Amino acid sequence: MTNLETFRTETRAWLEANCPKEMRSSSNSEQDFCWGGRKWVFTCPAQKQWLEVMAAKGWTVPDWPVAYGGGGLSSEETKILKQEMFKLGCRSPLNSFGIWMLGPALLKFGTEEQKKHYLPQIARGEIRWCQGYSEPGAGSDLVSLQTFGADMGDHWLVNGQKVWTSYADQADWIFCLVRTDKNDKYRGISFLLFDMETKGVTTKPIKLISGSSPFCETFFDDVKVPKHQIVGELNRGWDVAKYLLGHEREMISGGGLGDGLASLGAAHEGVLAQEPILRAQMAMFDIESMTFRAHSEKFLDEWKSGKAHPAYSNLMKYIGTELNKKRHELIMAVGGSDALEWESEASNQGSKPRSWLRTKANSIEGGTSEVMLNVVAKRILEMPGA
Amino acid sequence: MGIGHTQEQNMLKDMVAPFLAENAPVKHMRNLRDADDKIGFSRGLWKQFAELGLTGILIPETEGGLGLGHVEAGIVLEQIGRNLTPSPFLATAVAGAQALKNASAEMRGNWYPKIVSGDAIIGLAIDESSKHRPQAVELIAERMGNGFRLNGSKQFVLHGHIADLLLVSARTSGATDEEAGISLFAIARDTKGIEVQTDRLVDSQISARISFENVELNGDAVIGDIDGGWSPLQRLLNAGRIGAAAEMIGVGGGAMDITFEYLKTRKQFDHFIGEFQALQHRAAHLYGEMEGARAIVLKAQHLLDDDDSRAELFVAAAKAKAGLAANLAVREGVQMHGGVGMTDEFDIGLYMKRDRALAEFFGDINFQANRVALLNGY
Ligand SMILES: Cc1cc2nc3c(=O)[nH]c(=O)nc-3n(C[C@H](O)[C@H](O)[C@H](O)COP(=O)(O)OP(=O)(O)OC[C@H]3O[C@@H](n4cnc5c(N)ncnc54)[C@H](O)[C@@H]3O)c2cc1C
Repeated sequence: MTNLETFRTETRAWLEANCPKEMRSSSNSEQDFCWGGRKWVFTCPAQKQWLEVMAAKGWTVPDWPVAYGGGGLSSEETKILKQEMFKLGCRSPLNSFGIWMLGPALLKFGTEEQKKHYLPQIARGEIRWCQGYSEPGAGSDLVSLQTFGADMGDHWLVNGQKVWTSYADQADWIFCLVRTDKNDKYRGISFLLFDMETKGVTTKPIKLISGSSPFCETFFDDVKVPKHQIVGELNRGWDVAKYLLGHEREMISGGGLGDGLASLGAAHEGVLAQEPILRAQMAMFDIESMTFRAHSEKFLDEWKSGKAHPAYSNLMKYIGTELNKKRHELIMAVGGSDALEWESEASNQGSKPRSWLRTKANSIEGGTSEVMLNVVAKRILEMPGA
Repeated sequence: MGIGHTQEQNMLKDMVAPFLAENAPVKHMRNLRDADDKIGFSRGLWKQFAELGLTGILIPETEGGLGLGHVEAGIVLEQIGRNLTPSPFLATAVAGAQALKNASAEMRGNWYPKIVSGDAIIGLAIDESSKHRPQAVELIAERMGNGFRLNGSKQFVLHGHIADLLLVSARTSGATDEEAGISLFAIARDTKGIEVQTDRLVDSQISARISFENVELNGDAVIGDIDGGWSPLQRLLNAGRIGAAAEMIGVGGGAMDITFEYLKTRKQFDHFIGEFQALQHRAAHLYGEMEGARAIVLKAQHLLDDDDSRAELFVAAAKAKAGLAANLAVREGVQMHGGVGMTDEFDIGLYMKRDRALAEFFGDINFQANRVALLNGY
């Protein structure tokens, strides 16, 4: 057996022995996954146990170095671990912005001290992070952000407002874009980290059309941030922010993979037999969905080996999120009036319409589809113009 | 293992791409068309294909070929598509050669050497009506002693008028539309009773309608089992479908590149038209469609080469997706060229024509989508 085959066999055996039964059933809501942090309340003992055994192996972040709480796995091994988890139906032990976004940025731009301090906390799910990028006047045009950090010698004094800050009310820390030079648009932004319990930070939840309130307006009123809590150089936060966005977009595009089932149509054979036009639409969707899987597989291989165009995740984000919206349109169509039920035991408290509405944000959050197309046209296709 | 190309595969591309760009660019196709060439491709070029070994790309090494797979055949086909090169490669070296893998040692010994040397061209006589429905076989093969007598007709047989060998699906039992009872025959075109009428197609290729009147054959003309022709036919069709898909990646990719170049050079309102966001977004969307199509075609080629049980499903999806993406590329191509896109002088329209023919070859998008649904159980 090759090393990878041995790894696969051992991994499967370990997962079978260590993944609690409750963590192998399909998930119905975001709460079914552990998001970690000081305020996290485990939904069941199995959720806690699953996080702990996986974190002990470093497998909440399998491809991070062991020194920072990771599993030290190669990209092939990571892929195998994911495949085996998928086959056994194991849920992800820990979801977090720390893993998907801040971690990769720290690995690239952080000091050794920062990596040693922050990364293991992320890997163990101890600290939950939120992302302070968008502001009321700075959405797609993020670089026009106004939140200002005044230089006070040993710290910055931050004042301003962020908006759409996902889970700000549940997060422990924030990674935040702050203007530190008003005279230079791009080279006047710094990437700061601070505790959400710092004096002067307040949050106010916003309710979404899907009925939940996962994000907030976040206000900073004379918030003191010590100087060592900057990632990267002063006024060069935009580089960190962009790098992080690449990872965020790659992560969001993964939504396009759906629940892992090969065919959406296969699950609705009965209804489709009576609905020829819907059946045809479903077949066209299955083709797009298979295409996106193959495309993601190819992209991830190229991304991990450094061969992908640095802006390619923008393309995947565009395709994956538009596909996911289409998937949920079809789930609603095939569900008919059952899928309209919002508060009902029979319909799992409206999980279908709530998910359908939630997916509409996919092509807005992390950069809109239109912005993705702008980036692809300019950076990959090298179309002329500003 | 990833699904990208290996180093050897990149080398094949590095050989084929400049070879075709030099010897058979779009101009080559125009020249044949304008000279009203009656063969439909250049025999000289086909001999060069043979010298490079490409005619035997799928034929096992032990039988004189290169022994490569669908990924490699796809690399050649993509370049053929990009250059709109008229060539018997898809029908002869890919679908035809693949179908013959089920043939007897004697038949293979008879035809493989001639295919490899570039001396035999294969015509695929499968379709009987204007839409591809491979199980709808009405051409009858009656038993006659040890042999068969064929009556019926076929259409959309590319290169049929000059083919040396015809692969013909015929009904030996069962009812029209049944998969069982079909047999696949290998028939020399000069056999008595075969009549060929040639038609020039929209993309300037020459296709044939062929009638079979009391064509008498020996029993050894059958590929695979009598009544069990569906299996070698599937092999032929899967190779043909993924091959046509790969060629469409070339056609779509070629059209896209020409168009993007035009967006960067044509000026209106004092701006390059590629500066207009309305066009940038459509260009970026098109690029994404082509990239996805390329990925699923590659995936399907790998599955086919690995004899994976999902291959058939992925081949159907890949042919459909390549069709969708290439079709978008040629339509956007003509539109974004404005008036010149409608002229014969500009190449973009030729890409549109070639795409239309490939879309129909071995089953169009609708046919493939229906297969995807059936194979997924709905
Ligand atoms: C569910 C959700 C979670 C989010 N989480 C976070 C978070 O945790 N942290 C955070 O910082 N932000 C978060 N966001 C904010 C998100 O990043 C912004 O909403 C997004 O960048 C768009 O900004 P905007 O809402 O101001 O829209 P606008 O920028 O005002 O866009 C409005 C419309 O104009 C279009 N448009 C804008 N500019 C152009 C252009 N140049 N060309 C063409 N079209 C254009 C857009 O595509 C869009 O259709 C979240 C958003 C959502 C929906």
